[in-house]
Amino acid sequence: MSHAASATPEQHHAFDGFDWTPENAKRVKVILARYPEVRKQSAVMPLLDLAQRQVGAQTKTQGWLPIPVIEFIAGLLGMPYIRVLEVATFYTMYNLAPVGRHHVQVCGTTPCMLRGSDDVMKACKDKGLAKGHTTADGLFTLTEVECMGTCANAPMVQINDDNYEDLDYASMTRILEELAAGKAPKTGPQIDRQNSAPVGEQTSLKEYMA
Amino acid sequence: MPKLTVDGIEVEVPAGATVLQACELAGKEVPRFCYHERLSIAGNCRMCLVEVKPGPPKPQASCALPAAEGQEVRTDSPLVKKAREGVMEFLLINHPLDCPICDQGGECDLQDQSVAYGRGRTRYTENKRAVTEKYMGPIIKTAMTRCIHCTRCVRFAEEVAGTDEIGALYRGENMQITSYLEAAVKSELSGNVIDLCPVGALTSKPYAFEARPWELTKTSGICVMDAVGTNIRIDARGPAVLRVLPRVNDDVNEEWASDKTRYAPLGLSKRRLDKPYVRRAGKLEAASWAEAFAAVKTGLSDLSGNQIGAVAGELLDVESMVALKDLMKSLGSDRFECRTDGMALPGGGAGAYRFNTGIAGIEDADVVLLVGANPRWDAPLVNTRLRKAVVKKGAKVFNVGPEVDLTYPVTQLGDGAVLGKLPKAAADALKSATRPAIIVGAAALTRGDAPAILAALGKIARAAKIGAEGFNVLHTAASRVGGLDIGFTHDGGIAEVLGSGLKALIVHGADEIDTNLEGVFKVYIGHHGDLGARGADVILPSASFAEKDGTYVNMEGRVQRSYRAVFAPGDAREDWAILRALSEVLGSKLPYDSFAALRARIAAEWPHLAEEGIAPASGEIDFGTGGDFDAAPIGRFIHDFYLTNAVARASEVMQDCSATLLHGAPALEAAE
Repeated sequence: MSHAASATPEQHHAFDGFDWTPENAKRVKVILARYPEVRKQSAVMPLLDLAQRQVGAQTKTQGWLPIPVIEFIAGLLGMPYIRVLEVATFYTMYNLAPVGRHHVQVCGTTPCMLRGSDDVMKACKDKGLAKGHTTADGLFTLTEVECMGTCANAPMVQINDDNYEDLDYASMTRILEELAAGKAPKTGPQIDRQNSAPVGEQTSLKEYMA
Repeated sequence: MPKLTVDGIEVEVPAGATVLQACELAGKEVPRFCYHERLSIAGNCRMCLVEVKPGPPKPQASCALPAAEGQEVRTDSPLVKKAREGVMEFLLINHPLDCPICDQGGECDLQDQSVAYGRGRTRYTENKRAVTEKYMGPIIKTAMTRCIHCTRCVRFAEEVAGTDEIGALYRGENMQITSYLEAAVKSELSGNVIDLCPVGALTSKPYAFEARPWELTKTSGICVMDAVGTNIRIDARGPAVLRVLPRVNDDVNEEWASDKTRYAPLGLSKRRLDKPYVRRAGKLEAASWAEAFAAVKTGLSDLSGNQIGAVAGELLDVESMVALKDLMKSLGSDRFECRTDGMALPGGGAGAYRFNTGIAGIEDADVVLLVGANPRWDAPLVNTRLRKAVVKKGAKVFNVGPEVDLTYPVTQLGDGAVLGKLPKAAADALKSATRPAIIVGAAALTRGDAPAILAALGKIARAAKIGAEGFNVLHTAASRVGGLDIGFTHDGGIAEVLGSGLKALIVHGADEIDTNLEGVFKVYIGHHGDLGARGADVILPSASFAEKDGTYVNMEGRVQRSYRAVFAPGDAREDWAILRALSEVLGSKLPYDSFAALRARIAAEWPHLAEEGIAPASGEIDFGTGGDFDAAPIGRFIHDFYLTNAVARASEVMQDCSATLLHGAPALEAAE
């Protein structure tokens, strides 16, 4: 995103000569096989995602898309560089600058805000996270994002590929602490509920209960 | 052919037309920013909203809505008025109110349409968005805060120019138009995005803060930078040509112009020859016209007939060449030539040296064989047509000669000798084509083995049954076809004209060849102090294409008239007047005292030059008997697109383009 920190030329050049790892090269074949040869440009989004994950694996972070990687994918798909860059800059899930090992994306849209996303944000700040920045230890990058479609379980954050829902100050703090300690906190709702079912017992359609 | 009504007016539109086009047919103006006739439909500015029944009860974008039978369209209802006001208000939310310092002012679509369709006042009190400036090279000046994201420039670069360099990054309010990594836009057609931009986001860097459109005198002209004959409008204020814009001519340039067409004419005020010069004791000294003519007379005394030669340059109009030819004839010489590059051409009628398929016609070709031609540089607007043929209509292009990026897929066949035995794929494609075309360029025809190449092309044409209508010479010189039409040629070509026995040479604007010959008295008639003027014994300053009326014949044989936009500087005079005055001094007065009389004389001998348009040409082409192929590979004819003639070389913008775009010099930051 335009207001996020941008990468330095050195950070970009570090990925000159980027190529797939052997495992990813196999995945690329599978992805390309989904589309007809003349429409292989359709593979641009899954390939950008794969490349970002590979960069992440190499740097032990959530990965990002340096310019040499974007050009590598453009070359692979026979697309002009600018067309791939357009895609990479349009979708917020593609990172244009390095992020930390955990990319904490706090939703601040209205339902989450009404349900206490300010507390969640405060928990992050108190743990030393700052919007648009990566912590000095390289563990966390904080981004405020718009609606992630989990409004029933607001407030929520997305960290890497997982959602953490029904948060408050304490649970958010605990999640960050567990992540920092290298543990895997429980994903999904952080209170007693299954997915987005009602909290506690069923609240409607009771006449259909057995 | 759907029939529909627009504001109660019934119109019938071609199938596939849009509602917007139907409105135009009905004579109703529909405001628009993103829609452009020659680009694909984007539908993202929402300015062209109209009410359409049947359909959803809300205004619809007419540019992207197909016209259908029985539609009732309203462009004058209160709903439409309100919708336009709303769209206008949104567009202006982030548009700065800097019209007084914006170069687009006075010719700005946003300005005009906000006056016509806007609310007149703003209700917006928040902060406006600001966007950082983008570097786009020596030609395009950017003020991206003014951008309204119509994406015309993006679509032009992708669809017409074929160089995907401009794109829209980020999204929503953060969307920005930029070139890839903010590099200079390298397309030779980049100037067109300045015209396309409906606001002041992309403006002309060389023209920045020069003038307001209402201060300019606008004159119709013809571009002489290449042989396309681009129709131009020369905008001048006082004695200075400030800018050149294309005029619409669907048969020639559509509405595009190459960057050379636009910015080379800025060289018209630089390095000019504005008074006659005479060489005295080895040094050129300024002189009066009388002294200069006397010096020519002295130089030519005791010489007769073919001891005197003449060469005509690439930027000349037909009238100038006819006057020079008449002068040479009256001196008893037939030693004159306009093919300064030594181009060999097949024998036959005018069809043997024209671009017979036509610039617009080449769009319909289905198989094209390029021989020693780089249309992207030789004639950029022929290349856009070829690109259309390939990309939109699926034509196949084969290339013989050096490999070049023409912005569309080309099958590389090899070098000249491959013409002797064309690979089967190419030969079969040509044979089975319905509209095949052979395009042979100057790089092939100026070689020693041009006869072999032509003979091989003749064989290919016979084998594939390609007639004259499929044979095309891709000329690069604006004067060339006109010169050939009036027979400004010598049987032995330029080599013989400059060869032994030459005692005096009149060089008329020929700057691309070395005309400094040992022991030859040289008179230079021209407008720029370039290669031709160097080493001249007498210099007679003449008018450039913008400073005289003239007739030009483009590569298709299309006769077009250009008009005087400004007067020639200083003592410089129009070419025909110089030659007429000189002829009197030399004692063989030319029989015309006015430009009209000269035109009448031309019309008498070459009636087709008296009328604009293409005169039918004889289809007979004699490809000759051939010769041996030269093993040396075919080179490029144009080595530097931006510096192909004296005017372009004098233009600082063209020098800058050449240095930064072709030779990779670092871009200079403006000192502001």
